[in-house]
Amino acid sequence: MASKSSTTAGELQESPRTMKKSKKSKIEKSENLVGFLFVSPMLLGISVIVLFPIVATFILAFADWKFVTGIDQLQWVGFDNFIALTSDEKFTKSVINNAIFIFTVPITMFCALFLAVIIDKNVYLKSYFKVAFFMPYISSVVAIAVVWQVLFHPSQGPINQVLMTFGIENPPTWISDPNFALISLMIIHTWISIGFSLIVYIAGLQSIPKELYEAADIDGANSWYKFRNITFPLISPTSFFLLITGIIASFKVFDLIAVLTEGGPLNSTTMLVWHLYERAFLDLDVGYASAIAVVLFLFVFSITIIQWIGQKKWVNY
Amino acid sequence: MQKQRNWNVKKIITTIILFFCSIAFLLPFVWMLSTSLKIEADVFKYPIEWIPTRWNAASNYQEVWFGDHPFYLYYWNSIKVAICTTAISVVVSSLAAYGFSKVRFPAGAWLFIIVLATYMVPPQASLVPQFILYRYLGLFDTHIGLILLGSFSVLGTFMLRQFFIGIHNDFIDAAKIDGAGHWRIFWQIALPVVRPAVATYAILRFIWTWNDYQNPLIFLRTDALYTIQLAMQKFTTINGSFYTLIMAAAVSAILPLLIVFILGQKHVIDGIALGGVKG
Repeated sequence: MASKSSTTAGELQESPRTMKKSKKSKIEKSENLVGFLFVSPMLLGISVIVLFPIVATFILAFADWKFVTGIDQLQWVGFDNFIALTSDEKFTKSVINNAIFIFTVPITMFCALFLAVIIDKNVYLKSYFKVAFFMPYISSVVAIAVVWQVLFHPSQGPINQVLMTFGIENPPTWISDPNFALISLMIIHTWISIGFSLIVYIAGLQSIPKELYEAADIDGANSWYKFRNITFPLISPTSFFLLITGIIASFKVFDLIAVLTEGGPLNSTTMLVWHLYERAFLDLDVGYASAIAVVLFLFVFSITIIQWIGQKKWVNY
Repeated sequence: MQKQRNWNVKKIITTIILFFCSIAFLLPFVWMLSTSLKIEADVFKYPIEWIPTRWNAASNYQEVWFGDHPFYLYYWNSIKVAICTTAISVVVSSLAAYGFSKVRFPAGAWLFIIVLATYMVPPQASLVPQFILYRYLGLFDTHIGLILLGSFSVLGTFMLRQFFIGIHNDFIDAAKIDGAGHWRIFWQIALPVVRPAVATYAILRFIWTWNDYQNPLIFLRTDALYTIQLAMQKFTTINGSFYTLIMAAAVSAILPLLIVFILGQKHVIDGIALGGVKG
């Protein structure tokens, strides 16, 4: 069907002027059709599964409606849901926790860059190290969360056993302590994400021209000077990419909370996505959950916009 | 000569130090495996028994695989969902990627921007209407519904498009002159050239689908339809204090992925690296 776009002998024999015009428009037309056919499954899927729902989220955010009742019970309430958000302590707590969680991103990047510089140049068994550090990233979060839950066990868990051996008498109870629960989740999240950043950094390092280092060697520069003046600036596009994707990913953390803490203890680990899930699927409050979803969308959207602008301004290419 | 040797010694020492760092990343997995082989009483023994003194592997794994919540069933569900999602997603994404890169049609550029823009939407932001829509369409609590959720990947389309762009247009034009249409060019010329990229994407999609917890949690209700991650969580809630069983379940949940990862290790790592560097 798509092969219609090829020229046939008959068309070639037409007079040059009309031939050029008709051939062009015919090919264009058929290219258009073919193009649509190639991309249509994707477009259709995305429209139904992403575009339509996100538009609906924005509309439902202005409604008061429970899943269980019929659509006729839906009431339009204007900005009420958003006004309610401002006095919702759990929502405020979620936003704060999301903000704190962002700290995992620079920490992950710092560790990953440090490891990447070492693995790229200074060790044997490179591929062993890549695989080892990458293992947590490909493993299922549920299985990992369950393992860490036991490792963090307050009285008998291996981590606290080790801490007690080193003379710490009252080690934190980790995920069951409101003061330590969020930090525990952050530790696990960092542990999971380092592998990804590491692989991306190693690829970034390999794209830096070797001549630059050779020239610096001739000038007698030390390692720190080379890192500061060659590696760091030239790796900045990669760092920027990791920063943005890392922040966006931190907004999407759900599995860890769902398996380990369910937002507790005392709401100490609740985050936007978790709060949204609770309001939507446990309280069945469609309107309110949609309002949270709109806030979540706006956060991620503004970060993406910053990325667009920032890429031009702050990054050395 | 002297200098060369010093440098090697330094490299060996760094390797050893880094090896100890890497243990921090592997130790939880080793602990998981070793616990799954023990009897319950030995789980919290300290110092940790890395190699169990009292083995109970057969009974632990039998309970996980053929007990009250038989993992073979959830395995089958997960394999079905992961393979179907991967297959559909690869086909849809590569078709779209070809359309967006090698068919020159005016609307293409705009449509591509729309597709890319949806990548900015955090999946959770569209969750509630998705759920309502799924109930309305009768896709809720079905594997087909779950498969469709993972089948339209912007990331896959973007990634494969980068590779299709790399194919020289002269190739395509030459094929056109020989009378081939886009359909034939796609199957016989373009797709075989980007096969490594397709493999990378397929492996990544398989891993992501296998590990997905959130979608099954929200879109599945019936116990018999559970995927492995959902079953794992349920199993943990029920067997709260039987850590050997839980660890045997965790090992079972991770193992197929490890095999896929180790077999396709180069593909996975190259794919991640490429996606990252190209942004």
